[in-house]
Amino acid sequence: MRSRRQLQVLALATAVVVLAFLIVLPHQYGSTNTTRWAQALYIGVAAMGLNLLTGYNGQVSIGHGAFFGLGAYTSALLVNQHGWQFLPTLLVAGPLCFLVGVAVGFPALRVKGLYLALVTLGLAVLFPDLTKHYVHVTGGTNLVAMTGSELAPPAWVPTSVSAIGRDDQWAYYVTLAIAIGLFLAAMFIIRSRFGRALIAVRDHEAAAATVGINTSFVKVSAFAISALYAGLAGSCSVLVDHLANADKVQTFQISIEFLVAVVIGGTATVVGPLVGGWLVVFLQHWISDSLPKHVGSISVLKRTLANPAASPAIFGIILILFVFVLPDGLVGGVRRLVSRIGRGDVNDIQPSTTPLTT
Amino acid sequence: MSLFLTQLMNGIGNGAVYASLALALVLIFRTTGILNFSQGEMALYSTYLVWYFSNRGLPVWVAILLSMTLSFIGGAAIERIVIRPVERASPLVLVIVTIGMFLAINSIVQVQFGADAKHLTRAYPAHVWRPGNVQISADTLVLVGILILECLFLYLLLQRTKLGLGVRAAASNPESSRLLGVPVGRTLMFGWGLAAALGALAGSLAIPASQPALSAASMQSILVFSFAAAALGGFDSTIGAVVGGMIVGVAQTLTTQYIKALSDIVLVVPFGLILVVLMVRPQGLFGSRHVERV
Repeated sequence: MRSRRQLQVLALATAVVVLAFLIVLPHQYGSTNTTRWAQALYIGVAAMGLNLLTGYNGQVSIGHGAFFGLGAYTSALLVNQHGWQFLPTLLVAGPLCFLVGVAVGFPALRVKGLYLALVTLGLAVLFPDLTKHYVHVTGGTNLVAMTGSELAPPAWVPTSVSAIGRDDQWAYYVTLAIAIGLFLAAMFIIRSRFGRALIAVRDHEAAAATVGINTSFVKVSAFAISALYAGLAGSCSVLVDHLANADKVQTFQISIEFLVAVVIGGTATVVGPLVGGWLVVFLQHWISDSLPKHVGSISVLKRTLANPAASPAIFGIILILFVFVLPDGLVGGVRRLVSRIGRGDVNDIQPSTTPLTT
Repeated sequence: MSLFLTQLMNGIGNGAVYASLALALVLIFRTTGILNFSQGEMALYSTYLVWYFSNRGLPVWVAILLSMTLSFIGGAAIERIVIRPVERASPLVLVIVTIGMFLAINSIVQVQFGADAKHLTRAYPAHVWRPGNVQISADTLVLVGILILECLFLYLLLQRTKLGLGVRAAASNPESSRLLGVPVGRTLMFGWGLAAALGALAGSLAIPASQPALSAASMQSILVFSFAAAALGGFDSTIGAVVGGMIVGVAQTLTTQYIKALSDIVLVVPFGLILVVLMVRPQGLFGSRHVERV
């Protein structure tokens, strides 16, 4: 595979195989695994959006859990309190998050780097309080728990998409469709004039402004688009998990998971965040379910690992080792490998080097 | 009026805690340019050490000093083992590393010490003074006193000693400092160790000793407020951390007391405040400004 064309064919073939696998997946797996894959997909969707903002535009946010939550609550409340079908709620949740993204993006213009990261952290910390203040559903709490019948697929959905008693298949396919749509949108955005403007603003804002890029417009748009991605991911999470909830730890944690998915998948690569989302979800399940079984011979180790409180420790340590070995993420690492083996020209878009400088 | 002054004093007490931890954040940011998300959890571990030692029969102050010493060593070790290998990586990678430590330390605390809340021993007698109906608790005085001592110590260390000069040199230009013979690596280890020790002190005094209040979640909201304090004051300014901490602490208690509509969304105030300040001065109140050249 020496030429760029051969690489493209290879990439296309991989994409077709992966897509075929993703489509038949719920028919091979039970509902537990199907649900996990759906979770991996929605984390990946939110991470794709965050990657447009952080990876390509250099604005670091650790508050996208708030947009995720906004999307989730919008869908959950419309279904639970107003009797909507699930699918139309996407048309409300998406644009709403986009608009709130614009509203947050404007003040973000003044604040850069580290300070922006902290202001967005504020967003993640505030959001649970706001929901507690304004949402009183289940027993006066802000938890919106939903029954399967509320989120059941509409009548026109064939049983090949959602077998009887397998609502998880329907949830999975909706999430998959949204993920594919938003993945193609991200590819289109990156290759467009606007995508190049994103990168130019990241690499040198002043220089970008001098060549005629409207930097404010670009930065606010990036914020709004990433908010839209996170919001739709949140809506999907309602369909997959049957609830919308926001407490402080959770909102902060999910914001972190998005960022982790971006970095370990591959910053400033289109497919990286999806891979990262998969890693984040399955690594955590692997640590809590499978790892204790593998170390069965050492009883002290086994007892420690079986403690559910220990799994974040292992996840954290794996995370650190991961960025030690692959600082440009899994996709970045594969790219380097391919270019070393094939000497193909894969110098597309380099990962950002300095998104956090003040 | 006396109620207002009482709340003001409580706010200053809280502010002193935020300021102490914000000082640790600023110290690490100034020496290594890293936003340390695990600062709160490092302090949490140190506080558990205090509980552990005092539970083994050591006097509390001895336990605190011992914990600070161990924290200093631990902080330096973290710099050497975890941070050094990724020193030159992109800042985003550094954020992920400190987030990894955040998760790891928090869960190690739960595994090692158990999930139940711990009761810290009092380090000083509880007392409330009432000059003219205003209540001033011993907690407030001790916290403010410790904060003043910390500031004095940091000032003398950074501005008046050769070691401090090295720290400042290594922070502002590692390459030139290395050429001039400053042991940059060891200096950075020293910076992290110092920050960890400060965090240990802040943590062990921040947890109320009146009830079993020390749990794995104790430090998280304190860390958020300290971030707010550091951002408000300017991330590279020690005086900014103190002033920022005080503003955040006072704003928090006064909001709880006076604005009933916001009583369960207290956090709106500090973050609203930060947003306003950063809109006007993006580098924070006391931060230094960076000018970009094309």
